[in-house]
Amino acid sequence: MAQPQATQKQEALAARLAVLRLPTSGGWLSLARGLAETRLKGMGLPGRRDEYWRWTNPAVLIAPEPGPAQPYDARDEVPAFDAIDRVKLVFTDGVFHAAASDDPALAGVEVSRLAEASARDVHWAHELYGVLEAAGQKPVERPLAALNSAYATEGVLIRVTAKAEKPVHLIYNHESEVSDAILHHCVKVEEGAELTLLESGPAAARCNMVLEVLVADGASFHHVRTQGRDHDRQAVTHLFARLGEGCRFKSFTLTANGVMTRNEAVVELLGDDAVAHLAGAAMGDGDFHQDDTVFVTHDAERCESRQVFKKVLRNGAVGVFQGKILVKPGAQKTDGYQISQSLLLDEDSQFLAKPELEIYADDVSCSHGSTSGAIDDTALFYLRSRGVPERAAQSLLVLAFLAEALEEIEDEAIAEDIRSRLEGWLNRRMG
Amino acid sequence: MLQIKNLHVKLEEEDKQILKGVDLVVEPGKVHAIMGPNGSGKSTLSYVLSGRGGYEVTEGSATLDGADLLEMEPEARAAAGLFLAFQYPVEIPGVGNMTFLRTAVNAQRKARGQEEMSAGEFLKVIREKAKTLKIDAEMLKRPVNVGFSGGEKKRNEILQMAMLEPTMCILDETDSGLDVDAMKLVAEGVNALRSPDRGFLVITHYQRLLDHIKPDVVHIMSDGRIIKTGGPELALEVENNGYADILAEAV
Repeated sequence: MAQPQATQKQEALAARLAVLRLPTSGGWLSLARGLAETRLKGMGLPGRRDEYWRWTNPAVLIAPEPGPAQPYDARDEVPAFDAIDRVKLVFTDGVFHAAASDDPALAGVEVSRLAEASARDVHWAHELYGVLEAAGQKPVERPLAALNSAYATEGVLIRVTAKAEKPVHLIYNHESEVSDAILHHCVKVEEGAELTLLESGPAAARCNMVLEVLVADGASFHHVRTQGRDHDRQAVTHLFARLGEGCRFKSFTLTANGVMTRNEAVVELLGDDAVAHLAGAAMGDGDFHQDDTVFVTHDAERCESRQVFKKVLRNGAVGVFQGKILVKPGAQKTDGYQISQSLLLDEDSQFLAKPELEIYADDVSCSHGSTSGAIDDTALFYLRSRGVPERAAQSLLVLAFLAEALEEIEDEAIAEDIRSRLEGWLNRRMG
Repeated sequence: MLQIKNLHVKLEEEDKQILKGVDLVVEPGKVHAIMGPNGSGKSTLSYVLSGRGGYEVTEGSATLDGADLLEMEPEARAAAGLFLAFQYPVEIPGVGNMTFLRTAVNAQRKARGQEEMSAGEFLKVIREKAKTLKIDAEMLKRPVNVGFSGGEKKRNEILQMAMLEPTMCILDETDSGLDVDAMKLVAEGVNALRSPDRGFLVITHYQRLLDHIKPDVVHIMSDGRIIKTGGPELALEVENNGYADILAEAV
């Protein structure tokens, strides 16, 4: 059986590559792209029979052309993170939109476009671009990330050398029905530096995004992303992070709607006393399919990792969670926690979860849990008996269910933006 | 005024009749107590009046100030002035007590066509009322009833009652799980709310709560019916002799 599957994967890759062209930038980037392409060719594209894609059909993500997707108009709501003082960098259909972007002059933060990277001296990116992605190919293959490293022409390279005064916000606009965006970002947070990175928007008809983050000793990286309401979204994202000693890393993603969203996160804790928190809140309705696939590796002592993923599903929506904590030999005093939960608002919706722990050290504390449940009728009645109308009561309980994930957002103003966005969506949906 | 006529109720899932013809009138300003042995239907009565699912009214009626309660959604009953203090207040992780109360107060105001309470005004009023019930700021911030002791939960019920200012209050076994001091505190909270335009229906198993919340009328309920009605002395009779004599008498 192995042979036909491999053939299938190669055929899918050949069809995909037939409509792509390896960018010819020259220099270090060409080298990185060439290596990525070699990795990709060794793997082929994912298929349904891959264990890692058992619950999420990669068909729309690997097809040569994206399915048509209506550009999403979010004019009826306040733009994401609008009240926060931040540096905005705008991409429309996966292409940098200079006129709509802010001047990225921010003390302690260097921003370059990937498209100009070969021409500029961004030597630090040589050690990052495609490198974390390559490391993340083991023990599980992630061909769509390799495809991204090979073929991305847009994205930003951000180096942070101090505590950034304000967040950098990557805004993804979607205007064309057939755009197929491949975006690759690299972030290096140098020793003791700090950055908050915000991301929002639908990006394109189809989008393949990679974010590689290197957090050096004692540095902090805070990442908050919204994928909101665009029904036709077909997106695969990979977040690769490598953490040094004593650093702090937090990533939160809010997802609503979207027919296909696969968010993978691969985090390696390589320095002692590092902290990594990954959280997601997703709300899906109808033909929604959303997948969080997370792999956290502890390879140092006294590190802490948390995975908190919550999904609210209804009308046949499907939510997937594949989460793993790997504790390597010697990673003593590891504190690992993983929870994935779904709130099923009806009997048609589905939550598929595969929580995994793999531990090779003897002095660790790791726990995981996964649950599926309905709205608590007793709580609903209690709220209603106090005069709260049924729909508002349901919204309150949904927000309460998601609260543990939202608590992972450190900045109060950003958390408030997410919370009010979520409330707005709930009211629109249930009101 | 709460008016219950010949109320028959059965459990929806099992074909089991719980209330078998309850007649009761609670006038404004009065405190009525309902006592009775376990399984007599006291709590069912409170749930049916407040609109909890799982029950089917097969006969009879219940009105509040002339409006048909049984036709209304639970939230509409609340807005009409009905309040049930739960025997087992529900824990709601993730919903702050304060958020919950403010949502409830304003939802009721909205339903009645009144202006919503501003955040500042709400804060002022709740602090004042919480203080008299010895509920501290920390408890207000915590998720609804989560990690509260039995006494704190019951005090929280009374705080909700004080904030919502209902015209008809039903207290379902509010004394259960309380020690004497906690019971006194709760009773003081209830007594502070007694007024000429507010009626109370106090459901209790034991007489001791009625030492603190003095009833005007006492009813004895058994097997889904009110079998005896009298003054406060009826509660003392139960305390001294148990239910057996009264039940025997009724048969």
